[in-house]
Amino acid sequence: MARYGMVIDTKKCVGCMDCVVACKVENNVPEGYNRDWISYETAGKFPKLRQEIRSERCNHCDNPPCVYCCPCGASHIAETGGVVLIHEDKCSGCKACIAACPYNARFMHPEGYAAKCTFCIQRIEKGELPACISVCPTYCMNFGDLDDPQSKVSQLLEIRKHHCLIPAAGTKPQIYYLT
Amino acid sequence: MHELVNTRHNLQIDPHLHIWGWEIGVYLFLGGLVAGMMIISGFFIFTGRTKNTKCSCFLIPIIALIAISLGMLSLFLDLEHKLYVWRMYLTFQWTSPMSWGAWILLLVYPVLIVNVLLKLPEELYGNFPHLRKISEYLNSSHSILQTIGMISMIIGASLGMYTGVLLSALGARPLWNSSMLWILFLTSGLSSAAAFIHLVAREEEERRMLAKADNSFLIFEFVVIMLLLVGFLTSDQVHIEAVKLLLSGEYSAIFWVFVVSLGIVIPLIIQLMAVNNKIRHTVIAPIMVMLGGLILRFVIVSAGQASHWSGQVFR
Repeated sequence: MARYGMVIDTKKCVGCMDCVVACKVENNVPEGYNRDWISYETAGKFPKLRQEIRSERCNHCDNPPCVYCCPCGASHIAETGGVVLIHEDKCSGCKACIAACPYNARFMHPEGYAAKCTFCIQRIEKGELPACISVCPTYCMNFGDLDDPQSKVSQLLEIRKHHCLIPAAGTKPQIYYLT
Repeated sequence: MHELVNTRHNLQIDPHLHIWGWEIGVYLFLGGLVAGMMIISGFFIFTGRTKNTKCSCFLIPIIALIAISLGMLSLFLDLEHKLYVWRMYLTFQWTSPMSWGAWILLLVYPVLIVNVLLKLPEELYGNFPHLRKISEYLNSSHSILQTIGMISMIIGASLGMYTGVLLSALGARPLWNSSMLWILFLTSGLSSAAAFIHLVAREEEERRMLAKADNSFLIFEFVVIMLLLVGFLTSDQVHIEAVKLLLSGEYSAIFWVFVVSLGIVIPLIIQLMAVNNKIRHTVIAPIMVMLGGLILRFVIVSAGQASHWSGQVFR
């Protein structure tokens, strides 16, 4: 079975926020909310500064606490590539999943259910790329099957140094950042 | 310098999580209070105190029914998709403490109703003779009463424990992520319940007994709080940062003044003097204990949401 994930090259990302806008348009994300966002991390002492710009979203974890804590069975791992999704019509809006996510990737949709990045499931099931990736002007984002050693994402992880976010939280995130 | 900024500003999420407000604090307090009431009242029934018709175990279940209903109303108010509350009862998710809690809450009602049926006002018996038969049956043998008492204690303890596990299972919030939390909430529920029953008990002997029990619960609660803090301080950096919220950060004043001092230490001193006949029993200490229990829930719910993992990658 496929295991979808993203590999994002922080050496190429310029933080233009095209991915953020594309996501909002594609998924009709309500005003004031974001399913993806840009993080800028800067460290060092001037003039020796180093910076990493990251396009962040739900990490579609392999060990997803948001799924385990859901009392309604609304949060679930989809059969399509292990993507973490929400059955909107099962969600009672208890917000446990929001509290359970160390990445704060979820939010309450104004209509009363939990919402977050879906890897654009409606697109990937048609063989298209997630909206954020499809618009990236620097081609810094890659999407594919991490279980397939021949996929581009697997090959990039093979040859490039990489990290994921908050590995200590034990959620086994499936978005990797190349450094 | 080391700076991490992001462009996200989701409502209730940024700058720090605040999805759960007063509703959850009130519910956790009432849930703990009812848990304590069920354990104490179940203990009274189990040990044969029902022979005394003035025993508070006849009054407590009625108050507990009202309190748990108010608590569930509070939970309901917190839901964002209120009409879908029934979704919790179409499934049982064994990995979700909230699912366990939803079903435990459903078990609390029949147990409390059986407790209420042990003895009803005479007017009710006049209007509904069948109720008298039920009461007579429930009181007919020692083993039935012991079973009712035992089940009340078990369901009460489950309720009290789950309110703590509910938060501690959320590892993303370091300040909740301690297996001491259920012990703290259960003990705090017991101390609040002992204080409450002390207020409404009709017999001096029972009041003295409850004050003594409350003193033990308060001492134990104090020890649990200290061990909770020690547990965090001896853990990793994320948990050390989290506990700083209570030790020196934003929540330290309310925690040490209202929860520890006014909610545990001072009422404990007052009640220790009262049970040793140095001063008279008053309503002051029990009210302080209950307010302390309520504020404890508010502080833990709020500070827990302020605690977080750091998304920093550079070291």
